[in-house]
Amino acid sequence: MSLLMATVVSACQPQLPETVRSGLVYCSEGSPESFNPQLVTSGTTIDAISQQLYDRLLDIDPQSGELKPLLATHWQVNDSGTVYEFTLRPDVQFHQTEYFSPSRAFNSDDVVFTFNRIMDKSHPFHYQGGGNYPFFQSVDWANLVERVIAVNSNTVRFELSRPDSSFLSNLATDFAAILSAEYGASVLAQGQPGRIDSHPVGTGPFRFKEYQKDVLIRYYRHKTYWRELAKPEQLVFDIVPNNARRMAKLFTHECDVVAFPRVAELGLISQRPDVDVQESTSMNVGFWAFNTAKPPFDNAKVRLALAMAINREAILQAVYFGYATAANSVLPPTSWAYNAELPQLPFDQTQAKALLAEAGYANGFSMDIWAMPVQRLYNPNALKMAEMMQADLAQIGVRATIVSYEWNSFRRKLSNNEHDSVLIGWSADNADPDNFFRPLLSCSAAQTGTNRANWCDANFDRLISQALLTSDQKQRRSYYMAAQQYLAEQMPLLSIAHSQRFQALNSDISGIDINPYGGISLATAVKDVK
Amino acid sequence: MILYLLRRLFLLAFVFIALSILAFSLGYLFPGNTLQNFTGMTDISAEMATQLTAEYRLDSGYIQQYIAYLQRIFSGDWGLSFASKQPLLQEIKILLPATLELAAYALLVSFFVGIPLGIIAAIKPEGIVSRIISALAIAGYSIPIFWWALLLIMLFSIGLGWLPTAGRISVLYEIPHVTGFMLADILLANSQHQTEALLNALRHTLLPTIVLATFPTTVMIRFTRDSMLDVWEQSYIKTARAKGLNRAQVLYRHALRNALLPVIRQIGLQFSTLITLAMITEVIFSWPGIGRWLIDSIYQRNYPAIQAGLLVISTLVISVNMLTEILHTLFNPLARKR
Repeated sequence: MSLLMATVVSACQPQLPETVRSGLVYCSEGSPESFNPQLVTSGTTIDAISQQLYDRLLDIDPQSGELKPLLATHWQVNDSGTVYEFTLRPDVQFHQTEYFSPSRAFNSDDVVFTFNRIMDKSHPFHYQGGGNYPFFQSVDWANLVERVIAVNSNTVRFELSRPDSSFLSNLATDFAAILSAEYGASVLAQGQPGRIDSHPVGTGPFRFKEYQKDVLIRYYRHKTYWRELAKPEQLVFDIVPNNARRMAKLFTHECDVVAFPRVAELGLISQRPDVDVQESTSMNVGFWAFNTAKPPFDNAKVRLALAMAINREAILQAVYFGYATAANSVLPPTSWAYNAELPQLPFDQTQAKALLAEAGYANGFSMDIWAMPVQRLYNPNALKMAEMMQADLAQIGVRATIVSYEWNSFRRKLSNNEHDSVLIGWSADNADPDNFFRPLLSCSAAQTGTNRANWCDANFDRLISQALLTSDQKQRRSYYMAAQQYLAEQMPLLSIAHSQRFQALNSDISGIDINPYGGISLATAVKDVK
Repeated sequence: MILYLLRRLFLLAFVFIALSILAFSLGYLFPGNTLQNFTGMTDISAEMATQLTAEYRLDSGYIQQYIAYLQRIFSGDWGLSFASKQPLLQEIKILLPATLELAAYALLVSFFVGIPLGIIAAIKPEGIVSRIISALAIAGYSIPIFWWALLLIMLFSIGLGWLPTAGRISVLYEIPHVTGFMLADILLANSQHQTEALLNALRHTLLPTIVLATFPTTVMIRFTRDSMLDVWEQSYIKTARAKGLNRAQVLYRHALRNALLPVIRQIGLQFSTLITLAMITEVIFSWPGIGRWLIDSIYQRNYPAIQAGLLVISTLVISVNMLTEILHTLFNPLARKR
């Protein structure tokens, strides 16, 4: 009898293995494109790989937005702002995995290796994975950084061609992850250089175990991590692209954390006692970009007219369900460079019609609105938004057709600037306002194909470049104010909303915060086992 | 008997040839480049194209091409998948056991539930129990399986929170892939927590098995019942009763053996339906089997995968059909003599 009792009791409270008991399941909405953050921009990939596997030289404090030491313990800048010297943290270990055993700790060679891969065309890995480093290209990294030198084993010097006040912030983004030079040499010796991006080795809180495309990613705790060890012994990214299925898995506790719950379902989630919703105002913007190189969108009056014809208040309610702030500038109001004096753009279709007539399109014209096929934080439902805009535009005589492709071809065609206008957006990678201007609207971004407005304007470029040359925040702010003013007049894109970011999780999980600047970190997640 | 087996084998070979001709011609019938459809490679350079054309005999007549295709099939070179760029045979080897496992559980359930219920229903055909069983069987037979699956998920997973909704085992258990059959792999994994992993896998298996077993179980009930009623009318049963054997003795010694023969044949005939239903079940429960993979491949226009998947599934169905027919003959002295 007592034996039977014991069986029943143990069946109720099974002695689960540690890897399962403290293991965390994060249900993500898509497969990662690569395991190297240098090569990607998509938020899905960054969430899955960056903060879990890698560390950067610097970190951003999520509360204050200020820079904090990470792999660099401190740093010095010379007076002209062109030479940065970083002192590296000693005794930081790389991952010990089935495919690589590090023989030494992290040192300056790794930093040189990491950044030379991006800018040195003769680097053995530069062309590995296509030779595209989208984030670094958008901030003009190759022209900015002249040299990265290992002064000694724990000091690295970056020599810049000009002062750049966003340089440190860029080093703190999720893309600037530090790779292992020793691992690079090892995969090269094996003749399998591609493994550096598919079988990652970093210094982060988790080490890579396995990846099954469209199924899961499995990580284990990095046992010799230099900071406090990760709380979960095992971390699994369960890849569930279907929204409804992800919600079902949250309710059955098959998922501990769910990325991007549908805003329409937040009410349903909050009714359940076993599931919590976290919310944070995130640094992002959803916008409608015009292809300014194509007529009639090369005419600022046409762009203004189109912008005025859109009822953004209705979009905020119907697409964002009120969980977003209306945008008046490309910068979110929480940024220190936000221009609060900017006049509100009116919703005025009569004036829009008048402007169109002035520009010579009294009878309107036909255009395409490209709506991205995926759900993103900054635009949860681009198709619905496009339909609402179609109706608004019809009022001023503009006949809009909605166009959409599968996500990868969509982005490729966008980079070729095949669109008339597109509904898309941007999430910030760091707290610096420059992150909203240069990667989105500068001439260099137009060349690399991340400038969705295909806009290259000398005046605007001068303003945002000047803002980078000084580190005096007051002076920088005045430049950014002027840049925002200029954008409001030129209207290369219509900013629609700054969305809040949501995350749904089981109520027995604690210790996860939403980082307003980029990827999520799951190392501090604690599962309270009943 | 040997002659009979040979005849069957000959038929099987003939059917396989017909199937492989169909699969081979799909390479031409599918839209797109024939070379791409056969190799599964998407960007082929000019010199590679010449080399591959020679290797695949695409420059010679259809007969030679077909023979080369058969050689490739038997040597294990099935081409690559458009989507994953992995060898198709490798993918199928990983996925097929999952489907077989699910189908096997469903068949077992349908035996152990369907046959006894059918017998009970046949004992007193006009009784209330029999009527209830028949009504349930009709309901189970006509219920759309995807709706039934969603109902069960709504109730047991989302409502009550008892059972998981997707997959074969919690993603937190890392079970190395050896045989592809989950329960066998867990036992082979040699971890200290086998019991927990097994329980977890069984919890994942329960709902898909119930859903997939519903249709074959109802078929089993109806066939067992009808064939029992049929046998019960036979004169040898009356003779046995007249000799003084009680109901249970007659049932076991005389009725059951004869009644179950047509049921065996039914398994083979129902197997193709079972596989089709397994595909739907796999999609609903995210079960990583070949059915879900094939449906995904159709969505992605992954022609090499569709070609290979069709060949594997149809060969499987035909083989099972043959096997049950042979079994039926083995158990049936009358058929054996013919």
